[in-house]
Amino acid sequence: MGNVNAIKVYVPRDSSALSLGADRTAKAIAAEAEKRGIDIQLVRNGSRGLFWLEPFVEVATEKGRVAYAPVQPNDVPALFDADFLNAHSEKAVAHPLNLGLTEELTWLKNQQRLTFARVGITDPVSLEDYLAHDGYKGLANALKLTGADIVKTVTDSGLRGRGGAAFPTGIKWKTVLDTKSEQKYIVCNADEGDSGTYSDRMIMEDDPFVLIEGMTIAGIAVGATQGYIYLRSEYPHALKILNEAIDKAKGAGYLGENICGSQHAFNLEVRRAAGAYVCGEETSLLESLEGKRGLVRFKPPLPAIEGLFGKPTVVNNVISLATIPIILDKGAQFYADYGMGRSRGTLPIQLAGNIKHGGLVELAFGATLRDLLYGFGGGSATGRPIRAVQVGGPLGAFLPESQFDTPLDYEEFGKIWAVLGHGGIVAFDDSVDMAKMARYAFEFCAIESCGKCTPCRIGSVRGVEVIDKIIAGTEYNKNMQLVRDLSDTMLNGSLCALGGMTPYPVLSALNHFAEDFSPRGSGLNNQLQNQEKAKAA
Amino acid sequence: MANVLSTETLDAEVLDKVQALIAQHKDMPGALLPLLHSIQDGIGYVPEACYLPISKALALSVAEVHGVVTFYHHFRSHPAGRHILQICRAESCQAMGSEKLEANIKSSLGIDYHQTTADGAITLEPVYCLGNCACSPALMMDDEVYGRMNSQKVAELISDARATS
Repeated sequence: MGNVNAIKVYVPRDSSALSLGADRTAKAIAAEAEKRGIDIQLVRNGSRGLFWLEPFVEVATEKGRVAYAPVQPNDVPALFDADFLNAHSEKAVAHPLNLGLTEELTWLKNQQRLTFARVGITDPVSLEDYLAHDGYKGLANALKLTGADIVKTVTDSGLRGRGGAAFPTGIKWKTVLDTKSEQKYIVCNADEGDSGTYSDRMIMEDDPFVLIEGMTIAGIAVGATQGYIYLRSEYPHALKILNEAIDKAKGAGYLGENICGSQHAFNLEVRRAAGAYVCGEETSLLESLEGKRGLVRFKPPLPAIEGLFGKPTVVNNVISLATIPIILDKGAQFYADYGMGRSRGTLPIQLAGNIKHGGLVELAFGATLRDLLYGFGGGSATGRPIRAVQVGGPLGAFLPESQFDTPLDYEEFGKIWAVLGHGGIVAFDDSVDMAKMARYAFEFCAIESCGKCTPCRIGSVRGVEVIDKIIAGTEYNKNMQLVRDLSDTMLNGSLCALGGMTPYPVLSALNHFAEDFSPRGSGLNNQLQNQEKAKAA
Repeated sequence: MANVLSTETLDAEVLDKVQALIAQHKDMPGALLPLLHSIQDGIGYVPEACYLPISKALALSVAEVHGVVTFYHHFRSHPAGRHILQICRAESCQAMGSEKLEANIKSSLGIDYHQTTADGAITLEPVYCLGNCACSPALMMDDEVYGRMNSQKVAELISDARATS
């Protein structure tokens, strides 16, 4: 690792960075430094979230960190030749990969990072680093308050469930606080299954202590002594990092009995999910944690009253819980000062799909889709017009360009029959076939349905068949009516959001992109023409 | 050991391993999923011959154990190939041409989803989101995620995987 005076070089260990070769880049830098007899301290930080620039290498300087990106292993010798460790030298500045000071990059400067304040800056598994960057200040404040006062702070901050349902977090907590029981639980829903979302993964891999701190505060607030993180099995890196961070927190007295010398106890365990999308639904998740099939429960009773093993349980999304520490640190008003209308605070937005500059953008509520797609996102990756975006995962509506000026706000999205969900935005260029996307929405629902309620279990299968008939032009008018009737049944008759919201992508595709549903050939022709255009371009 | 579902028997060594895992997990609250994970991590799949000893230890019926194993996409009741290749089929990857990639991979491996290549090297599975949506199309080989994939990069990954045990 080199001595403490050695120059610090940062290469992210976030999975997206790894997926683009960050490990190979880190190895190449270490090997080249050794070969040249240069002492460096290699830090494997989280990602800053500029994923089109990963592997994103930074060098610490007196003026701040200087970024070089994207750095492939074969760029490394040339970087050393350019004296990149001396990042403000003439030679280093002239290197084409030198982007200047990271903090001065417009893409980052234009964000309001609260929940993601430390992400990409610290070494995720270094407790010392966490503490040096305002970590555990929220817990220190919480330990001075009564449970009721902590809950009031969370309520006053205006924080609403970031998993998608947007239910006020403080109200949920108050129900658990007010329900008498010898055992209560805090459950973190880390079953981030929505396509286009990765903010939970980033928190868990890039700043796990903030989630641990948030859950600890939740436990102290409502009187729960046991927490579970229900983590999707598709995130093996997050599993490793969370377990390492939990061990360190335990070792330093931030978890376990007598937290920070107080009377409070809180234990935390990661439980692996097993690849069922429906287990992101809170009651299905609880069934799964209990060791059963992930069948959705009827509500009431609410999990806040009868949750895990029948005990009062807070079930919150990763981002909701990871936002608690800053609220307790800086106060409810500080957080509530961000945002618009009833959507207070910030939303970590994830730009995904066919987008030039994909990555994590945390902003106060109120920015428009257009700002995000074109301002931050830089348009489509293919350079073709963005024809549709899906916001809020596979159960979110498709939005056409005419709706790109909608501000990101729970209520404003509700007005156009769309959802913000978990803040994932997936862009599609004009080669997209929206009838196929509608078909996929039903197909996905059929694969992932828990099977408990009929509208979801049967409706999704029938939905695929009806769309196939529409595409084939079989009894076109009848089947167009049928798909709307079916959607109506699923919307109103399903037990949970899986069946109940599958009609969002289906009907929004039908309503905004009707031309793609015209009996084939014309819709198919339209798509083929676009594909031809794409090839020619 | 007699089994209501399967005539498969486990050899003594595997059975010992399973029994040890059962003993290690049976007192956890909500033990079944952690136990099934540990069995699959340890021996590569969850043999039906495990259902009876699991059901006895956790005071469940064999049908309940079978129900849980088959509810979750992650658990497999048959051995897989040496490597598991998961291709993301979700919307973000579709927006970046994953369907074509998927078709290419299937035809070059000569198998469909949930199948294993004849040389036993690769089992192909679909996956719905790997959380790598800013780097679509994405896939996962064993526990490693790969982003911005194309057919050539996948071919390299596959040949690397074939060369390793």
